[in-house]
Amino acid sequence: MPHDHHHDHDEHGQEPPSDIALRVKALESLLVEKGLVDPAALDAIVDRFEHKVGPRNGARVVARAWSDPTYRARLREDATAAIGELGYTGGQGEHMVAVENTPSVHNLVVCTLCSCYPWPVLGLPPVWYKSSPYRSRAVIDPRGVLAEFDVTLPAEVEVRVWDSTAEVRYLVIPERPSGTESLDQTALAALVTRNGMIGTARL
Amino acid sequence: MNGVHDMGGLHGLGPVAPESDEPVFHADWEKRVLAMVIASPTRGNIDAGRHRRERIPGPDYLRISYYERWFEALTAMLVDSGAISAEELASGRADPAAPRATPRLRPGDVDATLSRHGSYLREGSAPAFKPGDAVRARNLNPLGHTRLPRYVRGQSGVVEFSHGAHVFPDTHAHGGGDDPRPLYTVRFTARELWGPDAAERDSISLDLWEPYLERA
Repeated sequence: MPHDHHHDHDEHGQEPPSDIALRVKALESLLVEKGLVDPAALDAIVDRFEHKVGPRNGARVVARAWSDPTYRARLREDATAAIGELGYTGGQGEHMVAVENTPSVHNLVVCTLCSCYPWPVLGLPPVWYKSSPYRSRAVIDPRGVLAEFDVTLPAEVEVRVWDSTAEVRYLVIPERPSGTESLDQTALAALVTRNGMIGTARL
Repeated sequence: MNGVHDMGGLHGLGPVAPESDEPVFHADWEKRVLAMVIASPTRGNIDAGRHRRERIPGPDYLRISYYERWFEALTAMLVDSGAISAEELASGRADPAAPRATPRLRPGDVDATLSRHGSYLREGSAPAFKPGDAVRARNLNPLGHTRLPRYVRGQSGVVEFSHGAHVFPDTHAHGGGDDPRPLYTVRFTARELWGPDAAERDSISLDLWEPYLERA
């Protein structure tokens, strides 16, 4: 049975299934019985988001942009096509825009209205990205939010917040860390974090 | 609609709580909810799905978790669309007299279907604005779905990008078809939105459709 992170009743090492878990199971049984969903297709969807699509994809885009000026130019010109070159396509990535951090500009992405996020390059969003505190404050107090991620920016650095209110999805290209000139793209990709590509971390 | 989902600029909702080594899902039921939302016959109109989630009563919306919202909206859309009946939902058993459907998504088709590259760009009217133009977000308070957040209404900004005509959510969410309208990225200074105490150089950019805008 599902084992979530609430351990209040975990006296015997086993928790009773929560009400929501039972309701979800009942709905799935009904949809399967009616022929509306195939449970093996549900398994395949879960597998895709747990194992195939995630921030490693975005990290490869960033590493390529750092290493290849012509790719970087294409990414700037048409991010959807440039990301598609690496095979990262699909829902929630239909209209991509890459925004580049520089010594004087820091970009931060949010969706204040729901949870819009570039699935093909970053996978599913973390809980904090979908949470009310982040959605409410990223636009009015981005520097305060960044401080909660231990990112402090000098006043002269311009913070640009991108609120994903349409089907355009934003990918932050972090600054390439110094001292990485000799690294190949695989080694560079390993330095790129999910939060770096949302804008809540500096690399 | 002016719902609690439109929360940009609110204070008092607590600190952001990043989790280290966060798993993709926190419980098995969350996986099944995500997968059912993607595989169910209600999939297809992303704007209708968003609007159904924002119509969850405000106090409930704030109390329940993200995937609980998805589950509540999925259940409501399945019943509203007639895919399942309220009686079937209550009993958990299919009506033996109801015809059996064929799943629209097969396991072997999942990766190809989810990688397929759609587009919200459509043939539509020529854009009235161009990058660099000064625009003002109109003060609109529709009862239906909109992607014009309250925190920019009445505020002035500058067009940054022009994206062509995109499916217009305010119409599409309500079954009115694509109704494509020119879409722009509009940049507002933090001081325009939040007043003189905001950082001088900071800005907030939003993607806004032409009906949300007027020339400033």
